[in-house]
This record gives sequence, C-alpha cells and structure tokens, in this order.
Amino acid sequence: MTEHSTQKTVQRKKVKKRSQLKALWFQYRKNRLAMFGLILMTLMLLTALGAGFLLDYDTQVIGQNIRARLQWPSAAHWFGTDQYGRDLFARIIWGSRISLFVGFFTVGIAMTVGSLIGAFAGYYGGRVDNVLMRIMDIFLAMPGTIMAVAIVGALGPGIINVLMAMSLCRIPQFARIVRSAIITIRGQEFVEAARCCGSKDLRIIFRHILPNAIGPIVVQATIGMATTILGVAGLSFIGLGIEAPLPEWGSMLSEAKSQMMYQPYLMFFPGVAIVLAVLALNLIGDGLRDALDPRMKT
Amino acid sequence: MVPVILGLSFILFSIMELTPGDPARAMLGEYAPQEEVEQLREQMGLNDPFFVRYWRYVWNALHGDFGVSYRTNIPTVTEIKNRFPATLKIAFFAVLIAVILGIPVGIISAVKQYSAIDISSMVSALLFTSIPPFWLGLLMILLFSVKLHILPAVGSETWKHFIMPAIAMAAAQMATLVRMTRSTMLEVIRQDYIRTAKAKGAAPARVIFIHSLQNALLPVVTAVGISFSNLLGGALIIENVFGISGLGTLMVESVTGKDSPMLISSVLFAALVGGFVNLGVDLLYTFIDPRVKSQYLKRGAK
Repeated sequence: MTEHSTQKTVQRKKVKKRSQLKALWFQYRKNRLAMFGLILMTLMLLTALGAGFLLDYDTQVIGQNIRARLQWPSAAHWFGTDQYGRDLFARIIWGSRISLFVGFFTVGIAMTVGSLIGAFAGYYGGRVDNVLMRIMDIFLAMPGTIMAVAIVGALGPGIINVLMAMSLCRIPQFARIVRSAIITIRGQEFVEAARCCGSKDLRIIFRHILPNAIGPIVVQATIGMATTILGVAGLSFIGLGIEAPLPEWGSMLSEAKSQMMYQPYLMFFPGVAIVLAVLALNLIGDGLRDALDPRMKT
Repeated sequence: MVPVILGLSFILFSIMELTPGDPARAMLGEYAPQEEVEQLREQMGLNDPFFVRYWRYVWNALHGDFGVSYRTNIPTVTEIKNRFPATLKIAFFAVLIAVILGIPVGIISAVKQYSAIDISSMVSALLFTSIPPFWLGLLMILLFSVKLHILPAVGSETWKHFIMPAIAMAAAQMATLVRMTRSTMLEVIRQDYIRTAKAKGAAPARVIFIHSLQNALLPVVTAVGISFSNLLGGALIIENVFGISGLGTLMVESVTGKDSPMLISSVLFAALVGGFVNLGVDLLYTFIDPRVKSQYLKRGAK
C-alpha cells in the first residue's frame, strides 16, 4: 500500500515538474529579445568550449611573434595583432573561456553560500536572522568594486583570488533575496504540513522551501554573472585582476590603452566581446524574470 | 550605521592582516639592517597581538586619528581631504546627468508604451547597462580627444576634464533609472485611482505629473541613492582611465603600495559617504511619502 502510493506521488511529481518547466519555456519563448540573448549565450558557450580544440594555447594565444606585430585586421588576422604579434581573434575567443568560467564559478559559490545564509536567516528568524543579516549589511555597506579591490589587494592578483573576492561580494545579494523569498513561504500550509509529518528543519529547508524560491535565485544568478564579468574586466583593467599573459578581455583593454592612438582596433574588439557577453546574460535574466512572474512584465 | 562601520573596519583590518610583506621593512628599504626594522616594528606596535592593535586603531579613530600613510607619512585624513573633491565632482555630475536624462526618458517611455520612442529607449538602456564604463570612457577619448580634439583626455584641472568621466559613469546608472522609472510608472498607471482621475476629466498632464509621478518616484529615489554609492565604486576604474587623482586612484595606489592604513581609511570613508547618502534618502522619504510621514507623526502623538 505505502509502496504503491509513493510510486504514485513520484509519478505525479515528475509530470508536474515537466509541465512547470514547459510553461516557463512557453512564456520565455514568446520574448524575442530574451531568445536572442539565449542564442547569443549558447554560441559563446560553444566557442568557449570549442576553443580548446580549435586553438593551440601556447602558440596561438600567448605565443609571441614579433614579426607580425601591430597588424591591422586582415584576412589572415581577422581582428589584427597586438604589440607582441599575437592574433587578437584567437585571444578574444580564448578570453571567453576565462570570463565565462570566472562568472560561472563566482556566481556558483556566491549562490550556494548566499542561499544557505539567507535560508537559515529566513527560516529561523529572530537572533540568527539578526546576526547573519547584520554581517551581510556590513558587506553591502560598500560598493562591490571597492570590496573586491581590498580583497585582491590583500591576497594578490590572480584568477583564483579574483574568483574568491568576487564571490564574497555577491554573497549578500543572494542571502537577501533568498531570505525574503523564504519569509513569505515559511508561513504557508505545506510547510506546516511537512513539520507535522515530523520532517526535520534541514529537510524542510532543502526539500520544501528552497525549491520554491528557485525563481528569484536563478534570475539573480544570471544578472549576477553579467555584473561579475563586468567587474572582473574592470579589475583586470586597473591591473588588480587576472594577470597579463592570460587573455582576459579587461587586461587586453588595459594593454590596448597605450596603443590607442594608432591601433584603435585593439581597443575595439575586446570591448565588443564584453558587451555581447554581458548583454546576452542581461537579456536572459530579464526574460526569465518576466517568464517566471508574468505580473511583473513591463 | 555605527555597528556597520565598526564591523567593516574589523573586516578590513583582518583582510590587511593577510597581506604579505612587512610595513616596517617597506618603510626602511630593502637594505636596512634587521635590528632597525625590529626597532621600528616595536615602535609602530606591529609586534602586539592582533586584537590589541585593532583596539588601538579604533581608540585612535574615535579620537580623530585614522593613522598615517605608510608610503607618504601624511595623515590619511589629510590625504583623503585632498583627493575626495575630484571624485565627488565626477560622482555628483554623473548622478545629475543620470537623473536629468533618465527620469524623463523613463516617464515618456511609460506614457507612450510600445511606441518607437519607448522601444528605442529600452534598447539603448539595455545596451548601456551592458557596456563597461571604462570602455565607454576609452571610446569617448578616442572620439573627442584623439579625433576631434574638443575635450582634454587626462587630468582634472578645468571643468572640461570632468565631462567625459561623468558621462562614462552616468551611462549605466542612467539606464537603470530609465528602466526603473518606466516600470514603476507603468505599474502606477494601471491603478484604479488613475482611471478615476481620468474619468473625472483631469487633464492628461495633470494625471501624469500629479497623480502618477508622485507615487512612481518613490522607489526611483532609493535607486538614485544606491547609484551614488555605486558611482563611488565605479570611480575606482574611471579615474584610472582619465588619469584623475581622486579617491579611487588613492585606493588603487594604496593596494599596490601595501599601504594598509591609507586603504582602510579610504574604504571606510567611502562607506561612510554611502551611508550618509542613504540616510539622506531615508529622511527625504519622510517628506515625499505621506504614508511614512503619517507614521512618524502618529508615533510622535503617542
């Protein structure tokens, strides 16, 4: 009897889940700009993944070739070459790996930690909530860029340190969003029902409450990825981010700054790459928000 | 705000603790004998335990002494006083541009929803939120300084120097304000009381400016406050592009120079300014939002 009924609930759950996703996709698909963002991001992800097969990192991306330095865009070098004779196109393609990787992992870490903090603060309320959210307030008290600069200054530049600094700055935003979502869910009947069934707090938080807050978390994650990519590019631009031989878009711009008078193309293409990546993520984030909550549609 | 600043100073103090390198060694130079370095460490109190040093910092800070820069030996407060005006000017002009352009465009977009103006302003707002401000700055230098020779590229001597940095920083904030104003306006326009006002024959301009705008602007005011503290962070990078010696370049210099007292003071200062701006916004709320105002009045009556 019990076996039968659990099987049934599992089945029902599956059907429900698929239809929810389908409904989301149905809403999302109607938004043309959001679809454009999704296609753009997919293309960028594919090039980022394919870059390893198409380009040889040592010769084509960081290998210097003085004879071919500072060439304007041509058939051989689509985006031209920089002051060390490196092909700008190859570097920008490889740069997408770094930016997307850093964006993805930063948001991944910040989302996990921030959601946990927000969930505990929202679920338990009272003193736990007060202490956790006051700590978050301290981190929110100053702009993310300044915080990141202070942390990178202490740890030193480099990809892992930048990743840590950026995720630390993003944690409070996730904590806030998850907390407010959970406070509205906490009082609902199904949570009470779960508690009556004898579920432990942890189970209630992870199985019953967090899945219901997934919408705002996903939206914040996409937009957070966009701001992270912008932030990392900015840090690298002032020399406190990802360091020189790595083809990061921001540090490429910083190198191009000195050549700006005579080689403006060096400055143009990396910037376009940043804009496209950030734009795609912003479009996806907006589309998801509208699809998840049609009332908010503007 | 006081606990936030205190907590922030503690976090910054611990972060700087992780910084490798010995400030005493850095001050005396690489070839100074070890005994002298030890002596200076003792003199600066660097050998004391962490909490003793933190407590000493807080104690001195409460008496107005925020330490002396390791690099220049100038009190950090003096240095900030010298550097902050440039940053404040850029941030102020940027907020001004963002507000003057952003809010009206947002209102027009909402009133004429789905018109050509609305669509083009939404698309450009999207683009502006995705453009890195420092790249926008570089492009402007290329156009206005290198090609057209209208505006100076680097420095902060005349008001002309502040035009491009302010625009570069304003762009993203303006885009946020446009989107925000539009969406709150749209929300308000759909309310019943707006329909009532229209039905009673109020002129369209009156409906927009008196009935709708007052309600729609409340969240926008908060956004302006937040964008001001974002601008202080953005200044860090923009000042680097335009070679302006403001608070942002001061922070970057102190990070690269391992000048922890300078860094802690300047970051605390930025947080303090941001905090005061947000406090100002909260106070402003009591004037422009009758609901909040009546709450205060009621509490006062009790």
